Parts: sequence; C-alpha cells; structure tokens
Amino acid sequence: MSEVHSETALNSAYVRTEMLPEQAPPVTAAGPIKWIRENLFSSIANTAMTLISLYVIYVILAAVLPWMVYGIWDAGSLNECREIRDELYGPMDGHGGGVACWAVLVDRWDQLIFGFYPSDLYWRPILAVVIFLTGIAPVLYDSLPRKMLILTAAMPFLCFWLLWGGSIWGPIMVALGFAAAFLVVRQMSAVTGGLWAILLGILALLFLFFDPIQLIANILDWVIGLVGGPDAALSGAWRSVEGLVGGTIFPLVPALSGLLYSILPIEIPAVQSREFGGFLLAVVIGASGIILSMPLGVILALGRQSDLLIIKGFSIIFIEVIRGVPLIVWLFTAQLLLGYFLPPGSNFDLMVRVIIMVTLFSSAYIAEVIRGGLAALPRGQYEGADSLGLNYWQSMQLIILPQALKISIPGIVSTFIGLFKDTVLVVFIGLFDPIGFSNAIRADTDWNGIYWELFIFIGLCFFICCFGMSRYSQWLERKLTTDHR
Amino acid sequence: MATMTDPPAEGFRLSQLLYDTRYRSATIQVVAFFLVMAGLVWLVNNVVINLSAAGKDFDFAFLNSRAGYDINQRLIEYSNDSTHRRAAYVGILNTLLVAFLGCITATILGVIAGVLRLSKNWIVGRLMTVYVEGFRNIPLLLWIIVIFAIMTESMPQPRDFRGEDAEASMILGESVAVTNRGIYIPNLVFTRSLGGNEVDAETGAAIASASFADLALLVAVIVAGFFASGYIGRRATATQERTGVRPPGVFWMRAGAIILPAVIVLVALGATLDYPQLQGFNFSGGIHLRNSLIALWFALSLYTGAFIAEIVRAGILSVSKGQTEASSALGMRPSWTMNLVILPQAMRVIIPPLISQFLNLTKNSSLALAVGYMDVRSTLGGITINQTGRELEGMLLLGGFYLLTSLIISLFMNIYNNSVALKER
Amino acid sequence: MKKSVFLGTIAATALVAGAASAQTLAEVQERGVLNCGVTTGLTGFAAPNAEGEWEGFDVAVCRAVAAAVLGDASAVEFVPTTGQTRFTALASGEIDLLARNTTWTFSRDVDLAFEFVGINYYDGQGFMVPRELGVSSALELDGATVCIQTGTTTELNLADFFASNNMSYEPVPIETNAEAQQQYLAGACDVYTTDASGLAATRATFEDPSAHVVLPEIVSKEPLGPLVRHGDNEWGDIARWTLNALIAAEELGVTSANVGEIGASTENPEIRRLLGTEGDLGAMLGLDADWAARAIAAVGNYGEIFEGNIGESTPIGLARGLNAQWTDGGLLYAPPFR
Repeated sequence: MSEVHSETALNSAYVRTEMLPEQAPPVTAAGPIKWIRENLFSSIANTAMTLISLYVIYVILAAVLPWMVYGIWDAGSLNECREIRDELYGPMDGHGGGVACWAVLVDRWDQLIFGFYPSDLYWRPILAVVIFLTGIAPVLYDSLPRKMLILTAAMPFLCFWLLWGGSIWGPIMVALGFAAAFLVVRQMSAVTGGLWAILLGILALLFLFFDPIQLIANILDWVIGLVGGPDAALSGAWRSVEGLVGGTIFPLVPALSGLLYSILPIEIPAVQSREFGGFLLAVVIGASGIILSMPLGVILALGRQSDLLIIKGFSIIFIEVIRGVPLIVWLFTAQLLLGYFLPPGSNFDLMVRVIIMVTLFSSAYIAEVIRGGLAALPRGQYEGADSLGLNYWQSMQLIILPQALKISIPGIVSTFIGLFKDTVLVVFIGLFDPIGFSNAIRADTDWNGIYWELFIFIGLCFFICCFGMSRYSQWLERKLTTDHR
Repeated sequence: MATMTDPPAEGFRLSQLLYDTRYRSATIQVVAFFLVMAGLVWLVNNVVINLSAAGKDFDFAFLNSRAGYDINQRLIEYSNDSTHRRAAYVGILNTLLVAFLGCITATILGVIAGVLRLSKNWIVGRLMTVYVEGFRNIPLLLWIIVIFAIMTESMPQPRDFRGEDAEASMILGESVAVTNRGIYIPNLVFTRSLGGNEVDAETGAAIASASFADLALLVAVIVAGFFASGYIGRRATATQERTGVRPPGVFWMRAGAIILPAVIVLVALGATLDYPQLQGFNFSGGIHLRNSLIALWFALSLYTGAFIAEIVRAGILSVSKGQTEASSALGMRPSWTMNLVILPQAMRVIIPPLISQFLNLTKNSSLALAVGYMDVRSTLGGITINQTGRELEGMLLLGGFYLLTSLIISLFMNIYNNSVALKER
Repeated sequence: MKKSVFLGTIAATALVAGAASAQTLAEVQERGVLNCGVTTGLTGFAAPNAEGEWEGFDVAVCRAVAAAVLGDASAVEFVPTTGQTRFTALASGEIDLLARNTTWTFSRDVDLAFEFVGINYYDGQGFMVPRELGVSSALELDGATVCIQTGTTTELNLADFFASNNMSYEPVPIETNAEAQQQYLAGACDVYTTDASGLAATRATFEDPSAHVVLPEIVSKEPLGPLVRHGDNEWGDIARWTLNALIAAEELGVTSANVGEIGASTENPEIRRLLGTEGDLGAMLGLDADWAARAIAAVGNYGEIFEGNIGESTPIGLARGLNAQWTDGGLLYAPPFR
C-alpha cells in the first residue's frame, strides 16, 4: 500500500518530495506553558484550586514576609527594638509591633541551644554530637566499614564523658565493666547455652556495679522482715564480712575508677545536669532515651513474641500500660512520684529521673517497632534457624535479630523523631528545654512581651532536625523495599 | 517449640527442671514470675516506707472534699462548692469532648490532605506537602501555643463590638460572634422543656431553657429517623431487584422519615434559638465555644491530620495501579474511581494506623494545660493534686483513666481488624 | 568531683540503705553547693539573664543563705520549679530551700509539712484592668473574664472573692505569667489577677503602662517567704536568721558597702553581735562568726535587695509599702539578735 502511495505522490507535482523539518510544538503544548496548563489549569476545579492556593500563599506571605525581612537584629531589649523601629519606619501600633525583633535571638541564641552550659566549654557538646553522629553512621549506612562499629560501642561512654565531664576513669571503667560482662556472655554461651550465659552476664554486672555484700545483706534484711524474723541479726553478721575484706573495694567499678583517678588524675571540668538546657537538653534526653531503651525494647519484643505465656503476659502488660498513658503523665510521675518508688534516701537529679522515665516510655514503642520487624521476617528464617539445630538464643542472636533490627531502623528513627519532639514536654516539670527557655527569657525585663521570634526560631530548629531524620528514614525505607522485591 | 525427646527411663530428677526442654520453659516462667512479683513487692514496700516517712497516708477521701476552684467549661453542673470528684468528672468529660471533636476533624482534614497530596495540581500538591511536613516535624506543644496565640492576637475583643461604629460585628445575620475569647453561637432552647421551665416573674411567660431530656429526645428521634430511612431504602432496593422498577418518591420518603419527626418534636417542645448578646464585659446567651477549646481542637486536628494524610496517602498508593487503570478502562470518572475502587480497598490499610492516631490524639489532649483548657489532667491531675497534696492517688487515678480509654479504643481496633482481615488460607 | 555523676547515680540506685535524711546543713556543706528552688521565670523575682546568671529578689535570698553557709554567694544551684512541682521538689530533698514567692498558708505549713522561715515580701492579690474599661473597683467586675495563673492560691482566692460578693466571672486559667500577659494584652480577658507585685512587674513592661490600672482592692493576704522541710530545725534556723539578718541589717544601717568596717568600728552592740565581732551567735547556728556579714556583703541588706531588683529605681518600680521597716510604718520587724 505504501508503495502505491509513494508512486502517485512522486508523479504529482503538488506533492513535496522532501520531508519538512520538524517544527517546534505550539507554544501552548510545550515547555513551561504546557506544564502550567497540565498541572495547574487542566480543569475548572483545578483552576479554582490553583487560584485559591495562590491566594492563600499570597495572604500568608504578605502578612509574614515584611515583618520578617524588616526585622531588627541589633538591639539590647524589646524597648530598644521598639525605639529603633519607630525611628526607622515611623510609629506603629499593634501588639506584636510592625516588624520582628530578631535581636532577642542574637542576645540569647546560646541559651536556646546550650542552656546554662558554660560558654567556654561549648566545644564539648558540639564534639559529643559529632561523635554521636559518627558513632551511629555505620548503623545507619551499611556501606561504611564495619570496623566503625567499635566507635559505635564506645560512643555512649565518650559522649557521656564529654557532656558531663569529670574523671575519665569513671566512663572507662563502666565501659570495661560492660565489656567484661559481654565477654562473660560470649565465652559462657559456648559452655552453658545462651540463657545461662546471659544470666551470668547480668550477675557479673551486678557484681561489678553494686556492692554484692550490701546487696545480699539488704535482701536478707528484707526477707527476714517479710517473714517477721529477728531484726538485722543475720544480715548484721553478714555485713561484718565487709569489714574483713577492707570495706572500700565494693562496688568494684567505682572503687577501681577512684583508685585509678588517685594514681593518674585525668579529668575535664564537670558540668551538672542542671546546666543542660535548650536544644542540648532535648537532644540529650531524646538520644539517651532511644539508646538506653534499645536493649529493653529488644527484650520486650522478644518477650511479646515468646511462647512462654507468663513472660508474654508481663511484656504485653508493660507495653500496653506504658503506651496507654500520655508521656506528660509519665513525666509528672518522674517528677512527683519516682521518689516514692525508690528506696528511702535515694535521690538523684531530675534530668536522670526524666531520662529513666523516657527510656521506659520509648522502650515500649521500640518494642512494638521491633516486633513489627520480627513479624515481617519470612517464616522460613525461623524454620531455617531451627533446622540448623540452633537453640532459641543462638537463632535470635545469629539469624533473626540482625535481620529484624535492620528492617526496623526506619521505625526506630520515626520513634526517635517523635521522642525528640516530645522532649519539649519537660517544660511542664520545670526543666529548661527551648520552650522553657522562651518563658524564662520573657521573664527578663529586657525581653518581656516577645513571642513570635522565639517560637519561629524554635520551630525552625526542630523542623530542620526532624525533617532531615524523616528524609533519611524514607530513603532507607525505599532502599529496604527494593532489597526485598 | 518443644522438641520431641524420648521420655527418660528413670523417674523425675530435679536437674530436669533445668536441662529438659519440657520442663525448662516452666522453670523459666516461674522464676520470671517470682522476680517480677518480688520487684513489685519491693516497689510497694518502698512506697509504704516513704509514705509513712513523709507522714502521709494512702487515702482517696480527698475526692469528697470541697474543690474550691472554678472551672470555666463544664458539661455537667459544677461550682466551686462541688467536690474534687465532681471536678475530675468535669475534666474527664472535657477531655473526651476535645478528643471526640478532634478525631472527627482530624480524619476529615487528613483524608482531604492525603488525597490532595496526590493531586495532579502542582501547587496544591506542594501546599499539602508543606502542611504535612510542617506539622509532622514541629512539636505539637509549639503548635498549640502558636495557634492559641494567633487566635488571641487576630480576633477582635468583645468590646470591639460595642458602640455605634464598632470595629467588629457579628456574622451570619447577627447570630454568631467571633471574638478572641471564643466563638458565641446560638443555642437551641425550648419553651416547653421536658426539664420544666422557670417562669418570668413579670410577664408570666416561660423562660426558654434546655434540659438533658430535651436533647436526648431530639437525638433519639433523629437516630430513629435514620434507621427508618435506611429501612425504606433497603425495601425500595429489594423491590427494584424483584420487579426491576424502583418505587417512586423513595428519596422524599427517606428524607421525610428523618426530618418530619424531628420537626414535630422541635415544635412540640417549643424550640427557639437563644442568640448571643453583648452584655457587660462579655457576650451572654448562646453557646460559648472557648478559645482554649478551639485552639486545642484546631491544633490537635491539624497535627493529627498531617499524620493521617500520610496514612491515607500510603493507603491509596498501596492499591495497585492496575486497579485505577482497570476502572478507567471501564469508563469510570476519576472521582468514581477514587470513591468506588481505590478508597474501599485502601481502607483496610488505612484503618488500623488511623485508630492508633486517634489514640495518640486522645493522649495528646493532655497538653491542654498549655492553653488552660480544663481537661482531666488540669483538674484532677493539676489543681486538685496541687491543692490537696495527694500526688500519688491523683496520678494513679489519672493514669488509670488514660489507660482505660486507650484500652477501650484498642479493643474496638482489634475487633475491627479481625472483621476486615483478609481471610487467608 | 571524685566520682562522676554517672557513678554517683549508680551508687544511688544501688540497694544501699542511705542514711535517712541526714542534717541538711552537713549535706550542703559537704556538697559545697546550695540547691535552691526558684520560679521558672518571674520578672524581678527570679529569671536568668543573658549570661545565664539568675537574678531577682528571690534569688538574692538563695545567694544570702549560700554566702552564710558556704561563704560563696555563687555556690548556688538554681532549680527552676513550676507551681505544680515546687512542693515535691522540696519534700523529696531535691532542693534545700524554696524561695519561689510562695504564700504562707496554714495547710502548706501543717498538712504539707513545710516550715516557712519568715516573710520576705508582704503581698496581696490584686486586679489589673485596661483603663478604657472605666472600672474603678473590683466590685464592678461582675461577669468579667479573668486571667489567672493556675497552681497557686490565686484561683481559690478568686473563687472566694467573687462568691462572697455574689458576682459571677469566667476564669481563664493560664500556665505561665508570660502567656497570661499576652492573653490580657490582646483582650482575651478583661482582668488579670495575681499578686500585686506581679501585676506591677507585668504592667511595667507593657508598651504603654499608663493604659492599665491596678484596682485598689487587695482581696487576699499573700505573705511570701522562703520555706524548708519540716523536721530539720537547725537548717530552718539558718534560713530564718539569714533572712532576719538581711532585714535587721537595713534597720541597723548595715549595707554591703560598710559591712566590712562597721563591725569593728561601731559601738552598737547589736550590730557587733550581728556581724560576729561580739558574742558567738554564728557558733550557735553551727556556722562561723561572720556568717551574717558574708550574707550582707554578698547581696546587700533587705533594702538594697529590694531597690536593686524590684524597687522604684528599676523598671518594675514597686514602692516599699507594707515591706518597709517597722520604723517606717511597714511590717518588717526582725527579732533582736541577742
């Protein structure tokens, strides 16, 4: 057919013999105009939505932009700001005033970020954050060398030492104590099997960090008290053992670190928890909450998946009770009630109490995330582990948990974002997080009556951190899904 | 998990408790049980010692003493002469109210934003992304405070409504007043209230009022109307399926079944509207939706709505593209495709996380104290604890309330999950 | 800092039965730091400045006690407390002294088991309204919307005041002073009520203070003072007499400027006893002889503290009023140092 066609065409004088050059599409069907037509004005409803959106954007920008752009950066107090404003733009009225007074940020940015942390020591929290990021990097990006995981293990102790300062031997000895317990577990698991190895590891920790003689004496006291036996006779005799062994060698870890310190005093200035504030406080509470809650979360998740009814029951009760009550109630519990639940005389600072409560709180959420990871593993993995003759702990340790934890990372990051945002609730128990500081700054006569500038700054900082983290977790999620399909 | 092993030839030995897999799990459980119980006893023991050291007792009698403080928003009768128990009830109702309202609007907002985020319209899509990311990545507390502050700053004060050339005026035919103390809307009142009316001493006319019985009757009649309407509809469909002809006027019958009885009840009770009026310092009459309620409600809905939008988006994306293509091949309009094909399938993915968002919203309503909304945390867990010094008892009750609410919501979630789960074989 | 905080924490959580509530003085001296509870921020009374130093009228009390006990007015850890957390913080031993404009009431003293060591500010609950409302008395406030700070005695006083005058009102409870101020300025409430000192402090920072009036009615007595736990009388005595020393110093004309030499040069036996150049009052408290001199040297006498933080020369501009010395017609009346 095409041949016939071409013949007639060749014979006709009115038919072109050569091809026309390709023309550009009409201006309405290409380039930005086409894009605009298709994306913004493809139908009446679409056009209406576009116009409404544009109007909304205009209204918001028209109200906010001049206020922000003409803001005043250089002033010592709100009143000075107002004077400068009147000078520059003539008198204005209204509660907020016509322009922003960013000077408050210049004056107080260090408090909003570091709290009362001594200003000559700012390098320490910054370094701690850097170490923290390098420490978690190999966990988050598996293309990085696995050797970096050693840094990950050392990271909590290093960060702790940098943030709180004091003698270096304390964190080192604590790290060594944990390492020792880990070695015990590792060595014994070949000999006695996983469960007993873990129990022995816990015993080793107890022995290293607590005074075993006092511990046994207290338990004796308590049991005797419960059954109504004679008072303190038995435990008193037991306590006298301590005199025989010298009295100061227990608990082992503090005693050793004290000894080392007296030999080789390496230390940096100590900083009290109360001096933490602003975003530093939010980061410290959020990060330690997540890191400390990981082990507990794994145990709870395994407990909830367990075949052992009682253990499963306890895990479910714990998780549901924690999740069923708002964080703010738990924080008030930390502030008002934790003292009631601890032995008389034990009292530690509010920030540690908050970290304990936040750890318990996030462990329930982490447990649910990891449970999701455990459930998402194909059944064959469990069966494969069983068929290799691995016992429960071996199969968990070698096969199940490494995979489950890996696919749980996006969920863990989301939990962390939620926790990081929720740390602002500590303002209600009198800790100075960024919002707490915004109140304290307003209590200064210089800045009484300033709102939006502080809120915008705080919101922006939170947004940058959380948005970055959520982008990461989305990236990881996409990567993981392609891995599996 | 227990592997089959040959039964041991000899009798039971104690070491079997540790080494025989048949008994070991029982041993572990018993040990764990005793450890947890010992821990609990230890905690309780500490509490007893600490309480007696502080000279306090454990006693809920404070609930029956006079509260002495006032609550602005009360759904049940309350005055400062009422008991702390009553104050707690008022707080509980306020919590439930804002949680209920929040869940509804958050769902609506979330569905709209989630669908619009997938819209082909570039600007709308971006705008929704900004909304979702903005709310998801900034703490709720900050949003609550900011929204409260914006409302306070941008709305007119009641005294702006005063005078000849007032700066502000009421809207919707002088019936609704929007002020920075809240929104005043007309209230439905009855001149022949079932709860009885007080009589104006001068004119002898009944003063219109509303009682719980009136509203309950009205709601009951409307609900019954819906059932009747549904019944009419089902019967019409049955007829249509049997005969092929849908009986005429079904729509009007259905509408009538809902509207007529309600109108009859309204007329019988002598319903009128009580309009808000500027009197003294404030508007009086009508229903006062306080700013604290509105700000909290808004903030909770916007915040949770952003999360729901993500859930909805993920749910829609989880429906395979073939479904959309198939329905357009059948000639369905895009809106039908969404309503009849995509959303019903997406629902199965959407509902479980949606309900856990409802749970979060309910828990987050405890941030009410940032705007001075008197929820249960502010009454029972705030002023009451503070005035009586009963923090242990108060916090226990408060935690118990939240836990119970969460458990009830989770219970419904589980029932729903089981009912929609794909029946896999 | 022999042990790090972390190890201290571990040691505290260990099942070591700690010595039950040892003497606060010994604890503070061993720690080297006084833990003092203050507000999370109240203009003029306690707020951190740009350098992170706490300043204010209540803060001065903390510093004076630290100077008396530890010899260093900067050896204070300021623990911000909210209206809800302050009493637990004190009861649990987290703080040694609470100087957070707390009203001395019967039930707080007796039922909550605290000991008020004196009164450092005589206050009363007042009302502030915008001038344009034309209200001149609190009795004209029927139907008004009232902003109050929660977690204080204020809300109970308010309920009592309106009930006893047969008036109705709409309470708007607010968590912090700063938020309450914003609500009030925007007209979300007609009236702001809190302690009169707070009203004056708040009004002073408005863009146009003259547009607001503080009504003449004072509806309650609010004796504000520092407090300690029940049961440690030695510590209570130290706090009480440090406060009294500040008040007496003003009466006796001892200031931070002359405290160094007046003890030796004066003939007045009471000044000599106060400053430790005569007698052994310090030893009776378990402190050294010049405890009071240190406190006065560190923060000044009561009058200096008042003028420096909330007095008429500051933006807050409070008059002495009831808080003048008894010799000037006020209520400040320190018992004799003898």
